[in-house]
Amino acid sequence: MVLSQEVNVIPKVVPPEITRAQGLELYQDMVLGRTFEDMCAQMYYQGRMFGFVHLYNGQEAVATGCIKALKAGDYVTSTYRDHVHALSQGVPARAIMAELFGKATGCSKGRGGSMHLFSAEHNFLGGYAFVAEGIPVATGAAYSAKYRGTDQVSVNFFGDGATNNGAFFESLNMAALWKLPILYVVENNLWSIGMQHARASSVTEIYKKALAFDIPGYLVDGMDVLAVRRAAVTAIERARAGEGPTLLECTTYRFRGHSLADPDELRDPAEKDLWRKQDPIPKLARYLVEHQLATQDELQTIEDDTQTLIEDAVQFAQDSPEPPVDEITRYVHAEDE
Amino acid sequence: MVMQYYFEALRDAIYEEMVRDPMVMVMGEDVGHYGGSYKVTKDLFKEFGGLRVLDTPIAENSFAGMAVGCAMTGVRPIIEGMNMGFLLLAFSQIANNGGMLRYTSGGQFTVPMVVRGPGGVGRQLGAEHSQRLEAYFYGVPGLKIIAPATPLDAKGLLKSAIRDNNTVLFFEHVLLYNLKEEIPDGVDYIVPIGKANRLREGQDLTILTYSRQVHHCLSAVKTLVNEGYDPELIDLRTLKPLDLEMICESVHKTHRVLIVEEDYKTGGIGGEIIALLNEHCFDDLDAPPVRLASRDIPTPYNGRMEAATIPQVADILQAVKHLVD
Ligand SMILES: Cc1ncc(C[n+]2csc(CCOP(=O)(O)OP(=O)(O)O)c2C)c(N)n1
Repeated sequence: MVLSQEVNVIPKVVPPEITRAQGLELYQDMVLGRTFEDMCAQMYYQGRMFGFVHLYNGQEAVATGCIKALKAGDYVTSTYRDHVHALSQGVPARAIMAELFGKATGCSKGRGGSMHLFSAEHNFLGGYAFVAEGIPVATGAAYSAKYRGTDQVSVNFFGDGATNNGAFFESLNMAALWKLPILYVVENNLWSIGMQHARASSVTEIYKKALAFDIPGYLVDGMDVLAVRRAAVTAIERARAGEGPTLLECTTYRFRGHSLADPDELRDPAEKDLWRKQDPIPKLARYLVEHQLATQDELQTIEDDTQTLIEDAVQFAQDSPEPPVDEITRYVHAEDE
Repeated sequence: MVMQYYFEALRDAIYEEMVRDPMVMVMGEDVGHYGGSYKVTKDLFKEFGGLRVLDTPIAENSFAGMAVGCAMTGVRPIIEGMNMGFLLLAFSQIANNGGMLRYTSGGQFTVPMVVRGPGGVGRQLGAEHSQRLEAYFYGVPGLKIIAPATPLDAKGLLKSAIRDNNTVLFFEHVLLYNLKEEIPDGVDYIVPIGKANRLREGQDLTILTYSRQVHHCLSAVKTLVNEGYDPELIDLRTLKPLDLEMICESVHKTHRVLIVEEDYKTGGIGGEIIALLNEHCFDDLDAPPVRLASRDIPTPYNGRMEAATIPQVADILQAVKHLVD
């Protein structure tokens, strides 16, 4: 087989490339992710959630840009940094917050926690605590869609660090081999805990690894929700047409430490500042206002409403009961309802 | 003497062995610049450089396999599992090569490597970060398995593990890293593999335990002694090979056994010990041995459920009284 050598580029679109309704939806979704995560940090420091909590601040454009381009019925699979992917996929903030509080009303009934969010109802196939663990699972969901003859697409998010794991290469190979309807979305935030991407990867351009499997690989500005959306739309069309997988490398940055337990001492403050200036939320706000798709006031209203929604989620989580300890063995087996 | 945390004692053990033997090296995720997720390798990178303190990509199976190749050819690697659970991904290389290669090569090669890191149930870390792999690996021939409960044992046993010519799995416990103890200064402190530690002599029954459950047992024993009981408490320290001599000697005296372990009850180490008791000292037993272990469920995130998953001090008190009274 001859590899196609052309460089994959998503064509630019004349602005405004989105409608007002789409613009507001994207903005609302990113603000939802940001506000939820800021609240998680507060709740963690107040001792109301526990364990390892990995926040998504800074990376919102990736979840929003990809997931909001999906149809109902499509699948999303994530990592331990999964709250915002779940939110974008429609899992209610209440159900996620309650899970983080360990409550019976949580999306995993208090049994999963931050790194194990699931919602069958929303085709959110999980939160996976091990690095690269979700990649084969998402690949399986794509095979399943093909097997069952549906037009469902599977989207899988993971970090740069995961691309050095065998599961990444093994899965891409199978997905290409069987032309599976899947998007592999790498959120390249340059770091894996304290390990710099360049110290861990012999070829730092992850999108180029698509070449080895003769599938399209795109380098995407992951701080620009419209760029992410453009790439996602192209990849989703390809997947739905039965043409196979796509690899999207979205360059991004996490504004907080790896988890709330990480002292985050290794990243250069100058590097952090540089990326903070590219915050995807104000960037979209400027775009919407500039192209007269929304006013500042409308955006402010979205922020206020979202704040109210998140406060409601906390109240709900707080008021919810814990799962009864005498039901501790429930759900171990398929027979447990 | 210096007061040291468990993680510092481990660090010193590695440091001393790296100074002693230039072939000893460390590899794993974030062991270098970051200093290890529980600071066990803190500053070793500065001291020994990147060749000897190797930051690896997140590729557990392959770096474990690399460690095997290193060990077969003269290097003595210490693998840090950032969490021992992650080494499920490396099960094949550890079991097939670390455990069996010496034998399958007809004795031509040894695989002197140490596989160490945190395991056990912490504080609401969720199922995948709360694993007890000691039982999963237990049946693999050729491996030695250690699980120290104190800073002193952590240091002495890690030094033994590094010097051992077999593949040794060394299970630390997430909740023990901040435990403090006096450690002898400037001494080559060694604890031999395969030797249990009798923490209290007693006549009523023998409590066998390891790792974090040692501390639950110690507090239970305190209460029991105040109430007039006379338990014998043994910290197994090495899980494989077990110190059968000390176990049998103790049972010969007490005639009753309680095993307290954090691994799953089904397929756990307690079950194996009971089978051994049947084989080696059945006639000494006055009552069926009892084991307290984790429930056979993935560790739930919810705090109360999590606590109900593993043996607690109250469970130990109740089990002892039931056995003795
Ligand atoms: C199999 C496995 N190995 C190691 C870890 C510990 N760990 C958790 S996140 C992480 C870094 C992952 O980095 P990356 O894939 O870039 O994603 P990011 O966290 O930056 O989103 C590591 C090493 C793990 N959870 N699972």
